[in-house]
Amino acid sequence: MSNTTTVGGREVAVAIHSLGKHYAGDDGDVTALRSIDLDITTGDIYGIIGLSGAGKSTLVRCINGLERYDEGSLRVHGSEVKSLNAKELRSLRRGIGMIFQSFNLMPSRTVSGNIELALLDGDLDAKGRASRVKELLRLVDLSDKADNYPSELSGGQKQRVAIARALANNPSILLSDEATSALDPNTTKSILALLRRLHDTLGLTIVIITHQMSVIKQICNRVAVIDQGTIVEEGKVFDIFANPRAELTRSFVATTSNLDKVSDLMRERSPLVDLSGGRVLVRMRYVSKEVSESLVSHISRSFDIDVNIIFGDIDVVDDAPLGGLVVIISGERASIEAALAYLRERNIGIEVLQR
Amino acid sequence: MSVVNQLFPNVIQRLPEFFDSFVQTLVMVGVTGALSFVLSMVLAIVVTVTAKGGLLPNAMVFTIIDKTVNLLRSIPFIILAAALVPVTRALVGTAIGTKGAIFPLLIGITPLFTRQIQSAFAQVDAGLVEAAESMGMTVPAIVWRVYVRESVPSIIRVAVITLVSLVELTAIVGIVGGGGLGDFAIRYGYQRYMLDVTYAVIIVLVLLIGFIEFVGRQLVELTEHS
Repeated sequence: MSNTTTVGGREVAVAIHSLGKHYAGDDGDVTALRSIDLDITTGDIYGIIGLSGAGKSTLVRCINGLERYDEGSLRVHGSEVKSLNAKELRSLRRGIGMIFQSFNLMPSRTVSGNIELALLDGDLDAKGRASRVKELLRLVDLSDKADNYPSELSGGQKQRVAIARALANNPSILLSDEATSALDPNTTKSILALLRRLHDTLGLTIVIITHQMSVIKQICNRVAVIDQGTIVEEGKVFDIFANPRAELTRSFVATTSNLDKVSDLMRERSPLVDLSGGRVLVRMRYVSKEVSESLVSHISRSFDIDVNIIFGDIDVVDDAPLGGLVVIISGERASIEAALAYLRERNIGIEVLQR
Repeated sequence: MSVVNQLFPNVIQRLPEFFDSFVQTLVMVGVTGALSFVLSMVLAIVVTVTAKGGLLPNAMVFTIIDKTVNLLRSIPFIILAAALVPVTRALVGTAIGTKGAIFPLLIGITPLFTRQIQSAFAQVDAGLVEAAESMGMTVPAIVWRVYVRESVPSIIRVAVITLVSLVELTAIVGIVGGGGLGDFAIRYGYQRYMLDVTYAVIIVLVLLIGFIEFVGRQLVELTEHS
């Protein structure tokens, strides 16, 4: 039963092939998931993004058997989840932590009690559990809240407790179901930073379900875009951001960048994008990981043109600069064309918006 | 004492009997309440777990309990108590007195108690159950550590409501020979026109119910953390 595969020298933690799931809905059979194929490799921080109702929560629940699938195969560390008996399934779940949008902490238990809950079925005695709880509280930086009840905590603190609880049994995989969707942007950042740290220090494989592209951008190395139960695009996060192909992916990518705001300005005929006198409005996108020279000043000097930056949005994704600029170039027509040709040669995505 | 004597002459004359009736009421409420609590918890757990979308869905078990509870709840208690007389006699040997009252009270109160505990369980956030499942807990563990534990304050609240209803039922059961304060009030207060007996019984019942509600409130405050 245990036949693990490897990709690029790393073990595949979750291997999903031709997965399908149907519901019996009010209007007949509803397809929740259709021919899903993905491999989540050990050490990945794998993002699954989609709009609500796309099936991403269902998909992630198939991984720990909270939802059953009807077709195809889903193997966690080589074991087919569907064919596990109740006892095997419980032991699989103890090896997979899970955190939720609404935290799901037990209101009747203290912070310590909530974390200890995950340890009750393990091998530790009361003393061992208490010291493990202390250790986990230190890990998520909440040692001072041990005896508080969840109702006394902020959203970010609640999610930290939930993370500690999810990690109690030393899982190799952590599933995060919209874990930051109920949090403000700053708290989201700190929770994502915590997940990143746990990934780095504990060697955790993390599967993140989200509808926020900014979450994918901040923390994931691979991403799958899911729409109406199927994967429409999958790949490394940098590649997806640099060259989104599916329409949905493009709209997700656009939410994290302000480079598209220029079309609003053009529609409003803003004086900012006034192009009298042979000027050209250009969108430049950094689509390659090898952009490091000071391109703007370089082309203005070499081609004797003026480059006026209207928008800039450059981010570091997966350790490489990603984003671009919207600029107005003015100068001799031939010089402008030569500059654009030069940029294209340097692997910059050039889009002349208006001339 | 003379004021009490003037206001409740018939009660003072029958003080030992009045006191005995009060004890009988306490025994009926206490014994039936305890038995019904255990039975209702079991039934509510089984109904919750076997319901569609529950932890162990089982349409047959669910339907049998669900329909039985509904059936018993739709029969007025005084008729149910009368109908149960032969069954009570076969089970405990007598259908009168405190001993004979407990079985019909149990059958009368348990459907109500079951439904109330069931609705307390239904208020437990499904996310908590899912979180427990994701930790790899067994079904009995989820029932005990999540459903029961997280609904303790709600269960105390519905137990108070149920006990108050039960006090009411013990008065009704008096009519069919059950003993207790209800029986006392009907025999003297109603049938012999000793109005002071009726008022004395009312005062004692109001105090009893007030006491039950007071204890319930304290327990809820002690157990609720949200």
